[in-house]
Amino acid sequence: MTAALLQVDDLHVRFPISGGGLLGKGRRMLHAVNGISFSLAKGECLSIVGESGCGKSTTALSILGLQEPTEGMIRYRGQPLAGPGAPGRMQRAKAVQMVFQDPYASLNPRQSVRTSLAAPLRLHGVTAASEIADRIEAMLANVGLTTEHANRYPHEFSGGQRQRIGIARALILEPEIVVLDEPVSALDVSIRAQIINLLLDLQEKLGLSYLMISHDLSVVEHMSDRVLVMYFGQVVEEGGWREIFEAPAHPYTRRLIAAIPDPEKALNSPAQENNVAYPSSLKGRSFVSDGSATLDVFSAPPPSELIDIAPTHKVRVALPLAAETW
Amino acid sequence: MRFGFNFWLGAGLTALVIFAGVLAPWIAPFDPVLDADLMSSELPPDATFWFGTDAQGRDVYTRILYGAQISLTVGIVSQVINSIIGVTLGMTAGYWGGWWDDLVNGLTNVMLAIPSLIFALAVMAVLGPGLPSLLVALGLTNWSWTCRIARSSTLSLKSQGYVQAAQTLGYGDLRIMFTQILPNMLGPILVMATLGMGSAVLSEAALSFLGLGIQPPFPSWGSMLTDARQLIQLAPWVAIFPGLAIFLSVLGFNLLGDGLRDSLDPHMRTRKP
Amino acid sequence: MTAPLLDIRDLHLGVALGRSAHHPLLKGVTFQIMPGEAYGLVGESGSGKSVTSLAVMGLLKKPLAVSGGEILFKGQSLLALPKRQMRRLRGNRIAMIFQEPMTALNPLSTVGRQIAEMFVLHQGKSWGEAQKLAVEALRNVRVPHPDRRAKNYPHQMSGGLRQRVMIAMALACNPDLLIADEPTTALDVTVQAEVLRLIKELCAERGTAVLFISHDLGVIASICQRVGVMYAGCLVEENETRALFDTPRHDYTRGLLGALPRLGSRSQHGRQRLIDIDSIIADRSKLTETRFIAPRGAEGSKP
Repeated sequence: MTAALLQVDDLHVRFPISGGGLLGKGRRMLHAVNGISFSLAKGECLSIVGESGCGKSTTALSILGLQEPTEGMIRYRGQPLAGPGAPGRMQRAKAVQMVFQDPYASLNPRQSVRTSLAAPLRLHGVTAASEIADRIEAMLANVGLTTEHANRYPHEFSGGQRQRIGIARALILEPEIVVLDEPVSALDVSIRAQIINLLLDLQEKLGLSYLMISHDLSVVEHMSDRVLVMYFGQVVEEGGWREIFEAPAHPYTRRLIAAIPDPEKALNSPAQENNVAYPSSLKGRSFVSDGSATLDVFSAPPPSELIDIAPTHKVRVALPLAAETW
Repeated sequence: MRFGFNFWLGAGLTALVIFAGVLAPWIAPFDPVLDADLMSSELPPDATFWFGTDAQGRDVYTRILYGAQISLTVGIVSQVINSIIGVTLGMTAGYWGGWWDDLVNGLTNVMLAIPSLIFALAVMAVLGPGLPSLLVALGLTNWSWTCRIARSSTLSLKSQGYVQAAQTLGYGDLRIMFTQILPNMLGPILVMATLGMGSAVLSEAALSFLGLGIQPPFPSWGSMLTDARQLIQLAPWVAIFPGLAIFLSVLGFNLLGDGLRDSLDPHMRTRKP
Repeated sequence: MTAPLLDIRDLHLGVALGRSAHHPLLKGVTFQIMPGEAYGLVGESGSGKSVTSLAVMGLLKKPLAVSGGEILFKGQSLLALPKRQMRRLRGNRIAMIFQEPMTALNPLSTVGRQIAEMFVLHQGKSWGEAQKLAVEALRNVRVPHPDRRAKNYPHQMSGGLRQRVMIAMALACNPDLLIADEPTTALDVTVQAEVLRLIKELCAERGTAVLFISHDLGVIASICQRVGVMYAGCLVEENETRALFDTPRHDYTRGLLGALPRLGSRSQHGRQRLIDIDSIIADRSKLTETRFIAPRGAEGSKP
């Protein structure tokens, strides 16, 4: 196995929320991320799935340096990427970039495509006009656009083309890791395939590592090598895509998969959902939650542990003392 | 760029004020101060005195042309100062937040709580009368609304994807503010500034009336209007024409601002073939 | 054969630009919904699926106007109906639920009161009686603790609960037709699944017909018996759901179905390149020239 490009250890993010009381009396902490750990290898696509409020976006923002972690360590090639001793924005920019969900809000309406691609290059010390032009042309070609498009403004493009520009901007500094935040969910159905194909092509061509944030499990299954399932700031299940989709072990993962409105499933037999038996290695263990009840986000989650049920497959279960067996 | 009818009307009126002010020494038929002649005071408009004459027998038309210089200077300079202060404070407060935001917010609220004319009066009392201190006084009083707008625009723009993208691309805070945020909030700031130009012209009139602004006998529209106070029934033209000048220039500034905002909106911008 | 509940005939609709110019949004749309049937309209943004529903509700705003065709509800022309009668129909016989329930609910009034208002307005009930019916309506959409929830304001509820409230309001007067415009797009997947099941079961129970609008083929498949595919203001294909998914006949439908990764297909067939709709359709402007409208009860369509 290759060494991890990105290593996240026991990441916690908490936000102070004012409870409305006078003199800050009602100040509470919102637990957005409660100790998650994972690693991302070179050339790999790791997806974090979960529903709104599960902490997947906060995790991504921490890696991008847009959100300071409360606790924990994020390392890129062994060097800390957040917290004390972290590099500034300039170095981080060459390591991690992001493709945003909404192609309409992610491009500055007052900058031409050329400006939004050239400015980061200049900022990072590329000064020769010819080199800038060459790199912009090459990048536009990579994402399926032409040099002609460079002088236009965002409003002149369709959603799919904007997303291509957003991808070009994320790749112009040649980062190794790209965070994909719901990269196709704001796009029209017929455009999604083009962007998914493009992302997979670029990953292969440029050797990129993707960290994808998504709630769309069919896209996740199609693109990922490994999958993390998050629920209330914790990883409840982690494994290869095959393990997660063919043998989901946590009840929440099963709920998520069963909830996908899939035409095949809807038209054939809607009832055969949770019939698969739980793996024998889980005998005697119970789960903290199956995701049907709301947990309290203002306190730390109940004690639990992530156990191995296969070499690359982990599931979160309640500590043996804390709950009776099922 | 394409501009609407309102923009052209506003631009025309503003251009008229600029021409009047700049060309006053050449196109004015008389001297605004020296050509006082009590023998020809309070004459109604005729072929010689287009807008009539005032109590001292000075040509109202000439004085309006020269008054445009004052109004333009006061309007533009005070709004430039206002916008610079307001945008700098508002944008940094909205972007950085924290104690700086609290401080700026407190300051803004204090400024809003003090009637602006009283504040300007206090500044004028310290600096003494005259045009330069008038500019400083008006420039320091009206930035709070601009500041609020800049702050709230920054707060909403900060969460836009392209601002986050700029952060991940390694842009520094100031660079993000000036390349990503400022250009996208120019519209409302510009509208605020043009509205402010109108009110600055009016404030100048008020301060001049109180004897703290432009010192007589030099003409400004405000002081002309206040001079005309007693004559309004006897010689209405002495009040009507400066009033009309103020009205048309304020209208011009506002229409110009609206038109500019529309055309600065990139959605209205079409690419040249 | 029974008469259709909603009969849309050759509907033309557009944006009026100035005096003579006219930008068409619907170019002759024809379909029928039978009583109790769930009919799905699927299409991308700008395909005209949402304006179709607004036209049925009589909610088209100024530059939008119907320029031709007929909308018949129980044999009665909705386009010719006076405003006052249309208002009486709306919410009573034809109800609608939207994508974002927060914008459709009044933030200053409790949800119980808002549901009760439907009974007062359309059925002439007294407020006291209506309040009781409102709690009952909340119970029907499976809101836990309906008596307590009725006293809540919309902002005190989650997105899923708010959508349930919308459904309760929409179904309050037992309408003949429920129009659902992307009602689950803003919701999380597990909540979406619950809301879809709720709509399906309640409408089947009461015999309410549904016009379900969505961009998501999976959602449509899980709820509708018959599907119309819209593209650029035209209904390019219509068939029984099963038949449409098994044997799509129009290029655009085929493109849409191939453009999405299907759950489980990677396990079975390995990762296959998704079909780029633009690679199978050379000229999008020609797409609306061919239409495949399968007759009702035709071969290949099981009930």
